[in-house]
Amino acid sequence: MNKLYTSIHQIIGDVITVEAENIGNTELAEVITRNGTSLAQVIRLDEKRVFLQVFAGSRGISTGDKVRFLGHPMRIATGEELFGRIFNGSGRPLDNGPDLTEHLSDIGGPPVNPVKRIIPSRMIRTGIPMIDVFNSLVESQKLPIFSIAGEPYNELLARIGTQAEVDIIILGGMGLKYDDYLFFRDTLEEQGALAHSIIFMHTAADPVVECLLVPDIALAVAEHFALEGKRVLVLLSDMSNFCDALKEIAITMEQIPSNRGYPGDLYSSLASRYEKAVDFETAGSITILAVTTMPGDDVTHPIPDNTGYITEGQFYLKNGVIEPFGSLSRLKQLVNGRTRDDHRLIMDTMIQLFANYRETQEKQAMGFQMSTWDLKLLKYGTLFEEKMMSLKVNIPLEKALDLGWEILYVCFTPEETGIKKSVIERFWPQKHENKILSK
Amino acid sequence: MKPLSTGRIVKISGNMVTVQFDSPVMQNEVAYIRHGEERLKSEIIRVRGTLAEMQVYEATIGLRIGEAVEFTGELLSIELGPGMLGQIFDGLQNPLPEIAEQCGFFLHRGVYLNAIPETKTWDFTPLRKAGDMVRAGDKLGFVEEKLFRHYCMVPFRLTGNYELVSIEQSGTFTIRDAVARIKARDGTVSPVFLSQTWPVKIPIRAYAERLKPDEPLVTKMRLIDSLFPVARGGTYCIPGPFGAGKTVLQQLISRHAEVDVVVIAACGERAGEIVETIRTFPTIIDPRTSRPLSDRTVIICNTSSMPVAARESSVYTAVTIAEYYRQMGLQVLLLADSTSRWAQAIREMSGRLEEIPGEEAFPAYLESRIASFYERAGVVRLHDGATGSVTIGGAVSPAGGSFEEPVTQATLKVVGAFHGLSRSRSDARRYPAIDPLISWSKYRSFIEANQRERGHGILRKGSDIAQMMKVVGEEGTSLPDYIDYLKAEFFDFVYLQQNAFDPVDEATPRDRQIYLFDFIYRILEAEFSFEDKETALHFFQQLRQLFKGWNSVPWNTDEFKASEREIGALLGTRIRER
Repeated sequence: MNKLYTSIHQIIGDVITVEAENIGNTELAEVITRNGTSLAQVIRLDEKRVFLQVFAGSRGISTGDKVRFLGHPMRIATGEELFGRIFNGSGRPLDNGPDLTEHLSDIGGPPVNPVKRIIPSRMIRTGIPMIDVFNSLVESQKLPIFSIAGEPYNELLARIGTQAEVDIIILGGMGLKYDDYLFFRDTLEEQGALAHSIIFMHTAADPVVECLLVPDIALAVAEHFALEGKRVLVLLSDMSNFCDALKEIAITMEQIPSNRGYPGDLYSSLASRYEKAVDFETAGSITILAVTTMPGDDVTHPIPDNTGYITEGQFYLKNGVIEPFGSLSRLKQLVNGRTRDDHRLIMDTMIQLFANYRETQEKQAMGFQMSTWDLKLLKYGTLFEEKMMSLKVNIPLEKALDLGWEILYVCFTPEETGIKKSVIERFWPQKHENKILSK
Repeated sequence: MKPLSTGRIVKISGNMVTVQFDSPVMQNEVAYIRHGEERLKSEIIRVRGTLAEMQVYEATIGLRIGEAVEFTGELLSIELGPGMLGQIFDGLQNPLPEIAEQCGFFLHRGVYLNAIPETKTWDFTPLRKAGDMVRAGDKLGFVEEKLFRHYCMVPFRLTGNYELVSIEQSGTFTIRDAVARIKARDGTVSPVFLSQTWPVKIPIRAYAERLKPDEPLVTKMRLIDSLFPVARGGTYCIPGPFGAGKTVLQQLISRHAEVDVVVIAACGERAGEIVETIRTFPTIIDPRTSRPLSDRTVIICNTSSMPVAARESSVYTAVTIAEYYRQMGLQVLLLADSTSRWAQAIREMSGRLEEIPGEEAFPAYLESRIASFYERAGVVRLHDGATGSVTIGGAVSPAGGSFEEPVTQATLKVVGAFHGLSRSRSDARRYPAIDPLISWSKYRSFIEANQRERGHGILRKGSDIAQMMKVVGEEGTSLPDYIDYLKAEFFDFVYLQQNAFDPVDEATPRDRQIYLFDFIYRILEAEFSFEDKETALHFFQQLRQLFKGWNSVPWNTDEFKASEREIGALLGTRIRER
């Protein structure tokens, strides 16, 4: 039944046009060239002309090559056999393991009915105080790490991934350097996380079309496990490369660009991926953490801008630390009232004082005189940056809260913190407890 | 009746298909694509020769060239009748809870269910009698729906006068039972049901006249009601960058606004946000009616991952439902979040049609579309003398947070009030983050004009002084200027800012606002005597602390009066007698 077509009429960018009949929209095809076989997907139909986006790129395709339609849309194997495996953007193995063809499920499936979602209520602990204390990560949240080239965003992503308490990690790499790919693989392996991880990797050298498939494949697999009741964490890096791939394809297809060359449906394209993050009413969940590098550290650039409107907050990684200002977890209020009684208090007080510290720093830079209060703030700020903000710090939430009290204790008198008296009596440390900082 | 046209698909590109048809079709006519067992809804958006270009309200995966298309001869319409309150619909008025029962976790394409249950019975009471002359929109009888009398009205599409031939006595009926018969001049008799259908893109105009919106709509947000009020039947917009609190603000207004019915259009935004509304509204009791908030709310939910074409129609579905309840003499508030996503849906379709793009690739007709949407708001006097209103509040998500972009600009031209959210206010945790220096309103406030003007004045002055202080420092600022700056900060902190997590402070009723504003007005006007800036700062900090406490004390209680006395005593120590 799978007839071979040989009439390739047109090759523009990575899109070829072939004459064929009775083909379904978004159906998959194989393009057989003398260099091998590549998958391709139908992206437009015009009478008999079928437009195919070739995953491996159009380089080397001859007008005499053969095309075979497969009669189904893009699918990906799912199931426990995937654990510890590494695949490319077309779902083919990159390790030396076997090709998987069992338990196939369609990618880019239908959206979740909003009435079947529930209000998220579980915190994901990461061991990073700037996240756990100040911007808690919540199961089923979708959160990007806004950063700039050169920052250790992949290190941060890998660390959150390996330390987070989840059942399954799915890593989707888009346009990564080969070293970054190896870094992710080795980190997951060293931390013993590879056994419950699945990697879909597109490196900068791979065909651009495969970059577009990575989030869909990763999320389709995640959805499969979530429906089985698993708590899945999806790590994506770098979504800016994904957006640039969208731009590249859109312009090749002669679509009218809307803003800085990006297609008008950038928002919808990003939303349909990020909105896969979900807490199912009677099953598991999908949490998405994604790196978005901001060209020129500009948050108004179309990529971070559209992302920010879709995601539930963002972590802003700058100068090697998670900036408390500019970072936000919109869902933190749903969980941080139920961790420890002093959680919100420490969060609010320390940030307030840190904001004062930043103001004092500015004053200092402009040469204004420093008061006693200013000096206290400077001491506090330095301690905060060193003991809380630094990404080297790796302590559980409770330890971090205790540490917060210690820092307040060594820097201020109780009244200066602005905390209510009744609360001070309950939580203010006694002198002999001052252990954590001295270590 | 003419036979309906049929056609076949000749072209597929994204969610647009081109169909070759065989007999006349109508612009914006609805058609169904037959794909195996599935029937996919679509709408004609352009006709060229014998080719109709159609937007499909579903994913187009798997569609093939040559597949059959059946035209319906109807414009995109929804059913209006009892049973909509408390319901959650998608952009095409499919009830989402019923779809979930049938399909489970996911939204399967091609599943269309009745918006209003056909089998549910309603107790009907007639208001008119046989022989009466009636016209479109006249109330023939009513059923009880949750909080209201839901009127059964003569279909809005009819023109001229009709004779009521017969009307049922009190009894129980479904929406498919005729409750009355009316006769036209030419003698044709047609039945009237408890429900009727209406094409969403056409405004319902079965009223006597449109009136000027003049009555303030109380939202219980002090900053809005006192300084930038919204009128019943008016329009306003809330543009703001992401994270500035648009959605929280819309949610607060949907809870506290003094209206009869709230229609929420969650248009292309996060599903998580509407989930909060869906899950919490049934549990929040509205103090005015003692019934759950969901009883007065209709939710239209077409979130960002749902089909784009249905997003475009969702705001029309929402406004049509709002207009329908207005016809019953009710005050309706429509909250659309976010109109930018709706505009983007229009842009996506325009791009597929390969139209010549305007600014930022939005089509040239963007402005007129936005204008005609907001123009569906208004206060109307019905034929029976009652008045009803539709107020529209639209959130706008400007690209890059810049208000210069086309959607914000087109919206500003047509709305009556502008609540601009600013990043700097939200970063400083000053909520609601409506920037008082850029916002405006053309409507009347219940605060006296001179007091309101004084409020604006002190905010402007305070901001000027703050700017200056950044350069010359506190030392270089004169004491009177410094006091004005403190007054502005005080006004901002204790009046403009409101704590959404405090059960009392989150909503301030009209009387309390008038009382409080008058109290603060006197402080703003007063002359204070301070030795130096330090004591002035300390005084205002104390005052702010007391006021914040006062704001969380219930209105007109003993505690309220005690707080007031305490504040009065503190003021007495510093106010200079004139």
